Amino acid sequence: MSSIWENANPVKFSRLAGVVLPWVSGFAAVALVVGLVWGFFFTPDDFRQGSTVKIIYLHVPSAMMAINIWAMMLVTSLIWLVRRHHVSVLAAKGAASVGVIMTLIALFTGAVWGQPMWGTWWVWDPRLTSFLILFLFYLGYLALWEAIDNPDTAADLTSVLCIVGSVFALLSRYAVNFWNQGLHQGASVMRAGAVTGTDTEEKVSNIFFYPLFLCIIGFVLLFVALVLLRTRTEIHKRRTKALLAREHLG
Amino acid sequence: MPDLGKYAAEVLSAYGVAIVLLGALVLLSVRAARRARVELEAAEARRRDR
Repeated sequence: MSSIWENANPVKFSRLAGVVLPWVSGFAAVALVVGLVWGFFFTPDDFRQGSTVKIIYLHVPSAMMAINIWAMMLVTSLIWLVRRHHVSVLAAKGAASVGVIMTLIALFTGAVWGQPMWGTWWVWDPRLTSFLILFLFYLGYLALWEAIDNPDTAADLTSVLCIVGSVFALLSRYAVNFWNQGLHQGASVMRAGAVTGTDTEEKVSNIFFYPLFLCIIGFVLLFVALVLLRTRTEIHKRRTKALLAREHLG
Repeated sequence: MPDLGKYAAEVLSAYGVAIVLLGALVLLSVRAARRARVELEAAEARRRDR
């Protein structure tokens, strides 16, 4: 049986990405288009929030992705630090660009949703603040990659930054549980209690949940497709750089 | 087009900005991937010709 570590070989990874990418991209496009069209055109307004409830199909998936992408980056950065697999740290680099866009979408959609519902675009609530800090960590992570010429040193330092930033990724997910304050509500989608049947709190109605679930799947698949594509791009760039260096030496 | 009522500006701006950002991300990623592949193929062709 082949080991998962075989895909840490750049050639094998590129080959695998080439096979998987068209399928993942296709499923992502279908899930996103169907989920967003269903949510935008074919779901009713909420009795309290009116049509702003339609923002949920963008805000929740992007916020979930922003946090989980950082978690994925943490795992791949740790793999780099422990096992020195280049593909893993290039995957983290590729994921960061997607993560920063997801965080930006979550912040923007949250602000335009918050204004009519809370009466303010922004509040220094624990969850919102930790999310903003996570956004800054994404920017810092990408800036650090660009600032250092030596790729291995850049990989080491960005991996350490990723570990430090994980505190804020965790906080942006669990801040509402740690501090019983702030405007942002607790989780109302995909709670553990909702799955085990022990949930007594209000949760999202199924009429909104089904298209939302499809959008979440779409965002996840879009992320996978983009990370495969961007990682393969980084591998190609490194190979080109190595060939050019050999040319210059010759 | 559904009737978005008094929140039309908020809902449409959320969708507009998100779609533009995601579209730009996909477009830039595909363009960078294509450029990287072309450059790699050119470098490999030069190496073969030597």
